[in-house]
Amino acid sequence: MTSDTAARIAADVAVGRRRATDVVTQTLESIAARNPALNAFTAVTAERALARAAAIDASVAAGRPVGPLAGVPFAVKNLIDVAGLPTLAGSRINRDRPPAAADATLVTRLEAAGAVLVGALNMGEYAYDFTGENTHDGPSRNPHDTGRMSGGSSGGSGAAVGGALVPIALGSDTNGSIRVPASFCGVFGLKPTYGRLSRAGSFPFVSSLDHLGPLARCTADLALAYDAMQGPDAHDPVCADRGAEPAMPTLNDGIAGLSVARAGGYFRAGTSAEALSALDAVATALDATREIALPEAARARAAAYVITASEGAALHLPRLRTRAEEFDPAVRDRLIAGALIPAAIVAQAQKFRRWYRAAVLRVFETVDVILAPATPCVAPLIGQKTFVLDGREIPLRPNIGIYTQPVSFIGLPVVAVPVPLPGGLPIGVQVIAAPWRETVALRVAHALEARGIVHAPEPPRDM
Amino acid sequence: MNDTTALDAYIDAGTALLGIPVRPEWRDAIRHHVRVSFDLARTVLDFPLPDEADPAPVFSA
Repeated sequence: MTSDTAARIAADVAVGRRRATDVVTQTLESIAARNPALNAFTAVTAERALARAAAIDASVAAGRPVGPLAGVPFAVKNLIDVAGLPTLAGSRINRDRPPAAADATLVTRLEAAGAVLVGALNMGEYAYDFTGENTHDGPSRNPHDTGRMSGGSSGGSGAAVGGALVPIALGSDTNGSIRVPASFCGVFGLKPTYGRLSRAGSFPFVSSLDHLGPLARCTADLALAYDAMQGPDAHDPVCADRGAEPAMPTLNDGIAGLSVARAGGYFRAGTSAEALSALDAVATALDATREIALPEAARARAAAYVITASEGAALHLPRLRTRAEEFDPAVRDRLIAGALIPAAIVAQAQKFRRWYRAAVLRVFETVDVILAPATPCVAPLIGQKTFVLDGREIPLRPNIGIYTQPVSFIGLPVVAVPVPLPGGLPIGVQVIAAPWRETVALRVAHALEARGIVHAPEPPRDM
Repeated sequence: MNDTTALDAYIDAGTALLGIPVRPEWRDAIRHHVRVSFDLARTVLDFPLPDEADPAPVFSA
């Protein structure tokens, strides 16, 4: 098992207590043994990883500084560029692309901090997915019950971290694609503020809404990875021109002085007993008795849906015209429908987005953190098509993200925290902060972890 | 003209103009997603915004 934390690995490697080569070798063996059950990885970069680990060990031996993530294995969703690999974005079509000439910015930054890339991870095709299913590579599987969904679209990221194959993975989140697999697989996920982390060298989906971020098994590892990746990047026009605001220095500051409320209205309607139970546990621990409403959340979700379908279709229009047969059918049919949405509707959705942002920022004048469910249910069975919400049977695929979409729509930072339920599967809660206040969301998540309310459950040993 | 007929006419015209080939067996799923998109679009369009409202993305020269 690699339930070793990144923080512990880096501390050991930095002082020569363990060799990065041994850590990476053990990780590669673990992937070889257990990935067949999880289907999390689509490529393992063993040669590169061992070379990198040897270089770190040489630095330690020579007394050179090795960085806060020295020897820490990590893997990335396969829409993130890895030099020498085609950037699949979960598709068959992209297999024809030439290998990436260089690593994505975030890979470069993590490796500059000493981390070691060990591979690329499965995902829903072109990130238009909440299930983790993939017709080309097969589904990534939930580490706590391999008959169930990992969630998506960063399904391999959730499965790899939830299955303790790696302590850190990168995913992307347009409407919930980090937070949904974090919830289903029982791990922590950070969707930072829109524009905080560079997306340079990643295959896009909806530029208006795309974010990259880390998943990890504990808040310290999440913060370590996040801190290593911050900073402006001229290669991503959306990436903000602001310096790093590290989360590690304040992670232990506690929650004194913070005002925490739970989201009511839209976020309470019809959710499952499991989601409510998890939210209650977190809210009670934080003494969050106040309930607030995010104004027009349902309309925000509708606007996010429209923008996603339209921008996603615009991105893929050339491929829809020439290679429609090669898409995952579930993705293709939604993209074709998206190509038919009139521009006037999309423009109106973008105007509403500005209105909604102003309205939600007014809510944050009286509260520091808002709690909401991450998913309406625990991980469904692979292949499941519908679920019951609010007493009605509705299609599963587009509705898994109903609680994540109104939040990412205006780019708010969120930490999804895993709540293990007695005798059952985990489920996530969103810890939502005002724009650029990732440090606050991480502090709250860390306080919950310190009190034992949230943690990443160990995967079954016989997996 | 019922809803399904109108949507199918819209899909036929739109995909032809955009040059997207559509197999007959894809039709039901595409129609479903177009219907959902327009239902959600109505929610967006029903919200009153002033003429002066700016869209969220801001271009910087």
